[in-house]
Amino acid sequence: MLEPLPGAAPVWRARCDPGQWLAACLAIATAGGRLGSLWASDERDTGKERAGALGGYSVHALMVTYDGLLWLDLPVSAQVAGYPDLSGIFPCARRMQRAAFDLVGLRALAPDGTPPDSRGWLRHGAWSAAIHPLRRDLALTEQLAPGDPRYAFVAVEGEGVHEIAVGPVHAGIIEPGHFRFSIVGERVLRLEQRLGYKHKGIEKRFESMSLLEGARLAGRVSGDSTVAYAWAYAMALEGMAGVRPGSRALRLRALLLERERIANHLGDLGFIGNDGGLAFGLAQFSRLKEDLLRSNAALFGHRYMMDRIVPGGVAVDLETAGRDRLLAEADSLEAELRTLRAIYYDHAGLQDRCINCGRLSPKTAAALGVVGLAARASGHAMDARVHPGFAPYDEFVPKLASHRNGDVAARIVVRFEEILESLQLERSLLQALPKGELQVTLAEPPPGACGVGWVEGWRGEVLVALQAGPAGRVRRCHPHDPSWQNWPALEHAVLGNIVPDFPLINKSFNLSYAGADL
Amino acid sequence: MQKILFQIARTGIISEPASAADESLRRIPGRLNDEVLRLLGRALAIRHVDAGSCNGCELEIHATNNPYYNLEGLGIKFVASPRHADMLLVTGPVSRNMEEALRRTYEAMPEPKLVVAIGDCGCDGGIFGENYASCGRVANVIPVDVAVPGCPPEPNAIIQGILTAVSVARG
Ligand code: SF4
Repeated sequence: MLEPLPGAAPVWRARCDPGQWLAACLAIATAGGRLGSLWASDERDTGKERAGALGGYSVHALMVTYDGLLWLDLPVSAQVAGYPDLSGIFPCARRMQRAAFDLVGLRALAPDGTPPDSRGWLRHGAWSAAIHPLRRDLALTEQLAPGDPRYAFVAVEGEGVHEIAVGPVHAGIIEPGHFRFSIVGERVLRLEQRLGYKHKGIEKRFESMSLLEGARLAGRVSGDSTVAYAWAYAMALEGMAGVRPGSRALRLRALLLERERIANHLGDLGFIGNDGGLAFGLAQFSRLKEDLLRSNAALFGHRYMMDRIVPGGVAVDLETAGRDRLLAEADSLEAELRTLRAIYYDHAGLQDRCINCGRLSPKTAAALGVVGLAARASGHAMDARVHPGFAPYDEFVPKLASHRNGDVAARIVVRFEEILESLQLERSLLQALPKGELQVTLAEPPPGACGVGWVEGWRGEVLVALQAGPAGRVRRCHPHDPSWQNWPALEHAVLGNIVPDFPLINKSFNLSYAGADL
Repeated sequence: MQKILFQIARTGIISEPASAADESLRRIPGRLNDEVLRLLGRALAIRHVDAGSCNGCELEIHATNNPYYNLEGLGIKFVASPRHADMLLVTGPVSRNMEEALRRTYEAMPEPKLVVAIGDCGCDGGIFGENYASCGRVANVIPVDVAVPGCPPEPNAIIQGILTAVSVARG
């Protein structure tokens, strides 16, 4: 039984049994769909579950299909605490399943009854494998005894193979994570990532907040995508509350989202140039980014526009003078960008570093379920702004940028194209800002109500699945970063490349550690 | 090449003066004696550790190196190893998964060493606070000389925090 969920994102929800769970995923994969997100929850406290033999826990999956999202709930009994593994169908399910085990204690099991990977993902040594902190009988601030911190990396053997281990603290201003390279000479034979260092209990923290307070936390899951997260969270909550912000608020939201996209792409173009040996690029692009951030501070009161999208609408407005400033900025930025693009494309040294470097083929990208910018640079034209095209993008449809090569150069090209397109969108939005309400009031959603937010951030699609508890509290919130899908792709993109090119390749993806460590 | 030179000339020098030290940010008064601070002057090597931030603070630390703030122009640079560093710049609430790495980085630094905690999270745990996976503020794990509030603090505030740590406390 498919039940449509109210809200701006097209979502259908269905309860299933283990057989249907596998069959649905297989059917969706065959039809070209993919896995959006997977998480688990503890539902032992709900009366229904306590009484019945079914359930106790649930594992949830959001599938992305051509018609929208399918939210599958699979009840899992406390005795079994296992469910059918999806990683055979969607390889990107693996880390999500490991995280779901660490936090809730449900094991994904292959047909032979064994887990595909039983190593902890978010659990390092801070608590023991027998403890699952997202279970409801554990308090948020519970002091957990440390567990076994050992971790078995996959060893590559052979003549001349040796390992380089880097991280979690890297040589630079970078988020923490561990990379284990197996190399021969300078060539990378294998890369194994170990993440989870930044895990700071975000999902548990949500459950101590009201639905309205949760918006601030959502905006701090991955700071570089604060606008995308705040919007996705607001979208989920507005769906549950049965309200839709007015046209002015929605267009202002899109304006902020495009400015976040431009700012991050500018920053990345600078760092990619720098890692490719062109420090000039970093100086120039970081200057342009700073100009943009200063306009944000002047007009919206925050350089990164944190907390400017709120449930029900926006916490900012734009006067005529501000609009004119942004229009003028768009023109000058576009001129600068065209100059710098010509320099990047003509620079033999930079092109030599970037072309054919860190290739992610369209086939691998599809197999791994890669999303967002990385997918578009590897031949997959997907973008939640275009499809499903949430408002106001149904009226302001962006032109998709894509490329087939899947190398660092392709990810540069896509960024340039996307900035130009975002500037175009920004102009259209600024010229068509209707009068109207900035915020609508939200009624308290009934306990148990669920909502989904689905927003295309600069890195890729951000998903938020939200459930209301009693008295306007958060019962469960699962924010999903596109980096979950794209981190494993980086392991593939570096194969056969030389170690010194890793920083360049890594930067061309620029994935979030915070967003996926939660 | 010509295009690059032309663009550089057209951009010109846009660096702005840095903000002065602010004693109110100091948490541990005068840990280093005046003589050491005089020797350090403003030739400072900083090691950054993200101990669990949302990555917003990193964006602003990066910005301190853009041509407007030009931190390197003050003789202050980020280094790749704690063994080369005079100062540790720490962001985030310290996640329990990063607690040991942060401690080890701190221990690897030569004496005298300074610590500046960045952002609301670094100052008091911020919105994440303390929980089963988060140790909260940086000072819960290593000694902190100066703490810079803000979510995230703007580049000028970060520079001010760094300069406060190396300035001689007055009064
Ligand atoms: S202070 Fe704010 S920007 Fe910095 S890490 Fe904490 S939440 Fe992120």
